[in-house]
Amino acid sequence: MNQFLVFVKKECLHIWRDRRTLFILIWMPVVQIILYGFALTNEVKNANIAILDQSKDQATLAISNEIAASRYFHLIKTLYSFKDIAATFREGKTRLVIAFPVNFQNDLLHTNHAQIQIIADASDPNTANMLTNYASAIINDYQQSLLKNEQLPYTIKTEVRMFYNPELKGAYNFVPGVMALVLMIVCAMMTSIAIVREKEMGTMEVILVSPLKPFRIIIAKTIPYLLVSVLNIACILLLGVYVLDVPIAGSLWLLIAESILFTITSLSLGILISNSVRTQQAAMFTSMMSLFLPTLLFSGFLFPVENMPYALQVISNIVPAKWYYIIVKEVMIKGLGFGAVWKETSVLLLMTFLLLAISIKQFKIRLS
Amino acid sequence: MAEVVVEHIKKTYKIKKETFTALSDISFSVDAGEIFGIIGPDGAGKTSLFRILTTLLLADSGKATVMGLDVVKQYKEIRRSIGYMPGKFSLYSDLTVQENLEFFATIFNTTIEANYGLVKDIYSQIEPFKKRKSGQLSGGMKQKLALSCALIHKPTVLFLDEPTTGVDAVSRKELWEMLHRLKRDGITILISTPYMDEAGLCDRVALFQKGRILSINTPKGIIKNYAYPLWAVKAVEMYQLMNAILKEPSVESCYLFGQYTHVAFKNRGGEQAILEDIIKRGTYTQVEYHPIEANIEDCFMSLMKD
Repeated sequence: MNQFLVFVKKECLHIWRDRRTLFILIWMPVVQIILYGFALTNEVKNANIAILDQSKDQATLAISNEIAASRYFHLIKTLYSFKDIAATFREGKTRLVIAFPVNFQNDLLHTNHAQIQIIADASDPNTANMLTNYASAIINDYQQSLLKNEQLPYTIKTEVRMFYNPELKGAYNFVPGVMALVLMIVCAMMTSIAIVREKEMGTMEVILVSPLKPFRIIIAKTIPYLLVSVLNIACILLLGVYVLDVPIAGSLWLLIAESILFTITSLSLGILISNSVRTQQAAMFTSMMSLFLPTLLFSGFLFPVENMPYALQVISNIVPAKWYYIIVKEVMIKGLGFGAVWKETSVLLLMTFLLLAISIKQFKIRLS
Repeated sequence: MAEVVVEHIKKTYKIKKETFTALSDISFSVDAGEIFGIIGPDGAGKTSLFRILTTLLLADSGKATVMGLDVVKQYKEIRRSIGYMPGKFSLYSDLTVQENLEFFATIFNTTIEANYGLVKDIYSQIEPFKKRKSGQLSGGMKQKLALSCALIHKPTVLFLDEPTTGVDAVSRKELWEMLHRLKRDGITILISTPYMDEAGLCDRVALFQKGRILSINTPKGIIKNYAYPLWAVKAVEMYQLMNAILKEPSVESCYLFGQYTHVAFKNRGGEQAILEDIIKRGTYTQVEYHPIEANIEDCFMSLMKD
């Protein structure tokens, strides 16, 4: 036991003495949370638009004002002819042009049939889609207001309620995502580097020729990173709750327990990687390619897994982060209990046992 | 009793489809309490041999035992009671001197205090720097620390892979003095070195070259087996003189050795006359020549030629 503890102490000293890496380990989650929280968001605000108004009547002015006043749009230009539209888009600043034909109000009131053209820069299709939806909604609102005093015979009104996230905040989605990402990097990448460093420095040669059991070497190397990860989890949760206003709807202890389970899964992955590479660079590269990217792409945090081709959906199942991401969303955002996540938890457990078994079996008791 | 027995060990490496033989059919044995030197140039296979004996590497074929334990099957028992100091500095450079020693003491289930007497001579020299990180030590101090770490658990057999490479003359001398004290404590020591002059400090030496053993003997025995009469020659025009000597058919070999050229003759008798004859034929200044006793390096040179 003493041997084991001294190894853990040594490992902690390595981390503690390497201040630069420690700094990165502690600050990375903080910076990521703040970046995703305030800078990298896929909500559209203040998109630049231009208006081409050929009728300049009461109706078009009212609609233009509504649009310009909305927080989604920012009117930067007034156009005077259709020819200007293409030129405006080519400048690249304008995302959307709203064009009113001549006699708009006349047509609306007398023929009951008026047209507005909404032209979007679809080089970014998602944004274009969102902006046209927002604009259409504003125009519909105006139309409703015209009918305020008249009774329509049949109307269907949609009452929309956004469950779990009434304000449609992006933070509800990326806090779980960042948790998965950070734990994956800290645990898997750092452990694999830590083990490979001993090989590279030649110290592995000396500790192999000692009574230490390989199993204990592995476990001792992972424990300090487990501690750092717990610190990271605490950091992310505190920032999420107090800075980004993402509540922890479910049990905090369940969330922490699941996080520790995922941490252990990532640690086992790190050990597995370290078994098969020889240099720290290779360990870093392998972790990046086999962990960071799949976590980013297949966890469902940036791109919904349901939208992927079937083959990729199948692949996403072997990415541990996907299961953890689901668990965090269920527990943290939806406030569900263990009953809702036992399947995902079992998948993670199974993965962990498998990975640990393979990496301990594969651990080289000799120099290859 | 033989503490280390090596029988027909073979080891080859494959580097880009090319097979490279590190050890070809090596056999020898080391007695308990002996200082056994493995002497050979770089690439002779010394490190491979040490790694096989310290259970770090598997041989392609052959058998080896350390303290009667098989290096393949009983590697766990061997690891418990040997000390190994690799050729490359293999301590934690971000830990201090004391932390390193404590770490290695603890993983071998002992404490610095328990075996302090064993490492005292050498560790006391680096003790003033015990709070310094081992990466900031000088080359010699690093080796002393590494040796202390390899010794702290009082191993039965000590494997030292080139402990004196890159170490100054004074530290080398101290290291050898310490090895002789350890020998008195009953520790068997296998030491490899590329320096021929250290061979004389071992009880027995094996001369290695290209994975083969050229000779195993006591240092005296190796010198005694040297068959040729040997002379040392010196002149200002050394290069011309060497060329002239090499043309002489009765000369076995001729090579530079420090300030002198060593000349080995094929047959005993008349060497002085031959040398004088060569010198007369050219114009050499400040010529000096006298017969000498062969040293280990001369023996190695001649063995290498055979």
